[in-house]
Amino acid sequence: MNTENIKQLIIEAIQEVAPEMEQDDIDMDEDLREECDLDSMDFLNFLIALKKSTAIGIAEADYSQVNTFNKMLNYLAKRLN
Amino acid sequence: MLEDITMPSLGADMTDGTLNEWLVKEGDKVDVGDIIAVLETQKGAIDMEVYSAGTITEILVEPVAKVSVGTVLARLALTDTSSQAPLKKERTETLTTELKTSDVTKEGISQEVNTQDTSSQYNNYQEAGVNISTVQVESVQAEAMQTPRVQASPIVRRLAKEQQLDLAGIKGSGPHGAILLADLNAFLANDEHKNINKTKTVSREQNMRQAIAAAMVKSKQEIPHFYTSLSIDISAAQQWLQRQNKDQSPEERILLLALLLKALAKSLLKYPQLNGFYQGASLPSSVLQGDVSQGEGFKQASAIHIGNVISLRQGGLMVPAIHNVDKLSVLEVMKSLRDITQRSRTGHLRTSELTDASITVTNMGERGADTVFGVIYPPQVAILGFGKNKKELTLVNNKVTETDKITACLSVDHRVIDGMIAAKFLNYLSKQLQQPERL
Repeated sequence: MNTENIKQLIIEAIQEVAPEMEQDDIDMDEDLREECDLDSMDFLNFLIALKKSTAIGIAEADYSQVNTFNKMLNYLAKRLN
Repeated sequence: MLEDITMPSLGADMTDGTLNEWLVKEGDKVDVGDIIAVLETQKGAIDMEVYSAGTITEILVEPVAKVSVGTVLARLALTDTSSQAPLKKERTETLTTELKTSDVTKEGISQEVNTQDTSSQYNNYQEAGVNISTVQVESVQAEAMQTPRVQASPIVRRLAKEQQLDLAGIKGSGPHGAILLADLNAFLANDEHKNINKTKTVSREQNMRQAIAAAMVKSKQEIPHFYTSLSIDISAAQQWLQRQNKDQSPEERILLLALLLKALAKSLLKYPQLNGFYQGASLPSSVLQGDVSQGEGFKQASAIHIGNVISLRQGGLMVPAIHNVDKLSVLEVMKSLRDITQRSRTGHLRTSELTDASITVTNMGERGADTVFGVIYPPQVAILGFGKNKKELTLVNNKVTETDKITACLSVDHRVIDGMIAAKFLNYLSKQLQQPERL
């Protein structure tokens, strides 16, 4: 799966909890939860949406590896390719 | 026996609602809890449930129509008691049995044994809610009654709603002056309506703002609040959550709030005087029925339904309840939380979820403020606010230890509860959270 596809999956999962967010609104290297204003419930629902589309369940211990958009992209790319 | 199905009150602040769609037709059989209509209210789109089993005999209001709270929308012929009883018994058997047990074991607490089913409990809450709002909206209803109802077909009503037209300004040529589609089209063809008949567009957000304002003004004008707070050590709870969530997939993970809600429910079993409703003296005695006690004072709720303040992204909030929290596992509480959070944002909350909370929780989350002093949602008597969790250095057994702390602040109606009870309650809540595995 190429980077653009994965980006799209992340955006779609974000939009499930924050429908008003567009990719242009997000600074790719800033804290994803701050950027998208996600509380812990939103973040959990975001991970559930991602799991549905990618089949990857991100462990709680890995949260620090997925806390920006770019880190999330790398994390998923490694596991999807 | 016939029963009226009315526009429900989803809280003391609601004056009217819009019937958007019927999901049943005349002659349909319905069961307790079935969703029979979709309403548009100040709180968004709501699924309307029916609280008795029977057959819909008559539909009196056609969608789309905005009507006052209490307006009869349809009539229901109740299933006769002999065939109805086994069905209801099955639904509520567990609850009734457990209530009976608790009555035996808890001497000193005048908990009523409630042999009635959940639907009539609901009706009692509902009546209390409706009554309070009736007092508040009397003038609105009186005004509505003075305006004769405009006759129009459903399609005309729907189109008028879409175009935001006031049908009262349109001359009808049908029987009894009913407005026909042709009248509407003729009216639309005439440009004048654009200047004279466009009703004010009030967005859903503004509606919600007004609803919150009405409830909060009522609360602060009528309820003598006092506040007590306690800094609670949640290190054990956080460690338990970490262990619990470690190997779980996201769907099975538990957030701290679920533990807090379960601890609250257990604490309410010990301090039931915080779980219920205050009925003001302003309620006319004619509307107090069934097991709703007469006159002014506190009425303890027969179940623990916790309302959760859920902030909406576009602003405003919803307060749906999770039912019987004391009887759910922590994971079940968590799943209910996820479910109501999602449905608060997408619509499809059910009428019961918005009307029968017996206490409310407001949670600032991990990025919020240290403490929140909540405003009680009438006719409830308490609201519990949780601030953000923080790491602190604390002296534990003469050693400086890093601990996770959260501040719980209890706002209470002083007409019902005194300070010492509130303080004891918070300490009991704290104690529950020290043994998260037992919750």
